Amino acid sequence: MRERFRHVEHVFRAALLFVGGFALFLVVRWALVPADFGVYGFYRAGALADNQALPLRYAGQAPCLDCHADVAETRKDSRHARINCEACHGPLARHATGDFEIKPKALNPRLLCLQCHTQALGKPATLPQIVAVDHAPEGPCIACHKPHRPKID
Amino acid sequence: MDCRERASQVSRASGRLRVEGASASLAGAAAEAGRTTSPGQDCRAPTARPPERSGDHGVPASDGERGSGGTKSPGQEINRRAFLEQAGRFIILTGAASLAWDYVLAGTPQAAPNYVATDHWWGMIIDIDKCIGCGNCVRACKAENDVPTDEPGCYRTWVERYQVRPNDMEHPIVDSPNGAYDGFPEIDKPGDGVKVFFVPKLCNHCAHSPCVQVCPVGATFESPDGVVLVDKDRCLGCRYCVQACPYGCRYIDPRTHTVDKCTLCYHRITKGLTTACCEACPTGARQLVDLKNPADPVHEFMRTHKVHVLKPNLATGAKAFYSGLDGSVR
Repeated sequence: MRERFRHVEHVFRAALLFVGGFALFLVVRWALVPADFGVYGFYRAGALADNQALPLRYAGQAPCLDCHADVAETRKDSRHARINCEACHGPLARHATGDFEIKPKALNPRLLCLQCHTQALGKPATLPQIVAVDHAPEGPCIACHKPHRPKID
Repeated sequence: MDCRERASQVSRASGRLRVEGASASLAGAAAEAGRTTSPGQDCRAPTARPPERSGDHGVPASDGERGSGGTKSPGQEINRRAFLEQAGRFIILTGAASLAWDYVLAGTPQAAPNYVATDHWWGMIIDIDKCIGCGNCVRACKAENDVPTDEPGCYRTWVERYQVRPNDMEHPIVDSPNGAYDGFPEIDKPGDGVKVFFVPKLCNHCAHSPCVQVCPVGATFESPDGVVLVDKDRCLGCRYCVQACPYGCRYIDPRTHTVDKCTLCYHRITKGLTTACCEACPTGARQLVDLKNPADPVHEFMRTHKVHVLKPNLATGAKAFYSGLDGSVR
């Protein structure tokens, strides 16, 4: 029997090597590829949850109006009514979720107003635009215009 | 294989089933069905549920328990009737609705994991005529997503200002100082008849993204709801995708040395909020759009305006739709 297989032993050795190599490949692959890889596509399914779990900084408009309905009333028919609160007051998710120690940061009205209302090429004609040094060289904008209801009655 | 076939196979396989096996197969079937469920099916599902089952469902305490249905302990054998009821529940309520129903019964529908990725297909519309170049979106994006403000080139969104001379569309002057984080300085010497406009840029969330195709390790992908995301745990920082993106929307985060890009505020839109940039835009120039939801008011905008995408010749399936886009914009 042994005599019979003497000349094909090298085939068995090669096969053994191949099987061993394949097993090693499987072990390495098992160790390196995450379990949820490939569930939806060529990526780790858990990455979707990772991206969803990031913290919010902006609360969105609805929670603001829950408490500050008076401001909503003030700017109801003003041109600033459609601007979300956090567009000017900054990200306030922690404030909106009950941490009232976090206050909206103090705003510099002059800088804030001019960010949009400085006269410049490229802005639509419907946007009220001013040249600050001509319009109001000194005073803060809020001396005349109330930000929530900018039109002077 | 749809869930009906699968459930009947399960019931054929053994007359008396163990709860573990049954629920696992059914959960699988339900998950499969959930991916093909239309919202309409979900809506009418609760009324179709057998009324006598309403008593024996508590609030699911954990993910593992959710979907196993009933108060029986794992391993306990159930009879044919109970199995058929469970199977019927999964077939009729299919997937997400079935999971959500437990919460509805418990009186806390808001806690239900209702977000089904395949029910959405996110994009953004940008109305160039409304953009005033204030840079509010850039500041909001950096605040929301913890994008470095002191490093050059780190922008998930930015605004470009185009100056186009008459009859010279091919050579626009484009500037974007610090990505318009501080707005734009005045133009020194505008030429005669120069046309000026602002173009907000962000990841186009292409349906066939070149950046996804080149990633060697599967660290970036198109999610089932059409958002191109990055898996920061897998990213090697090889920068291949940065080069592949035809819109220049990716950068290497200098802190982690992995790639970073606009996620369309995935952590916000999956909770029913809009993106930070849309939240902060004072003129409504940017609006998030769910292309699979016909009730989204933005569909009316898409229907009544001429919209365009950037570099349509590349066939990337870009989903940032621009209204009023000039031919000089690249």
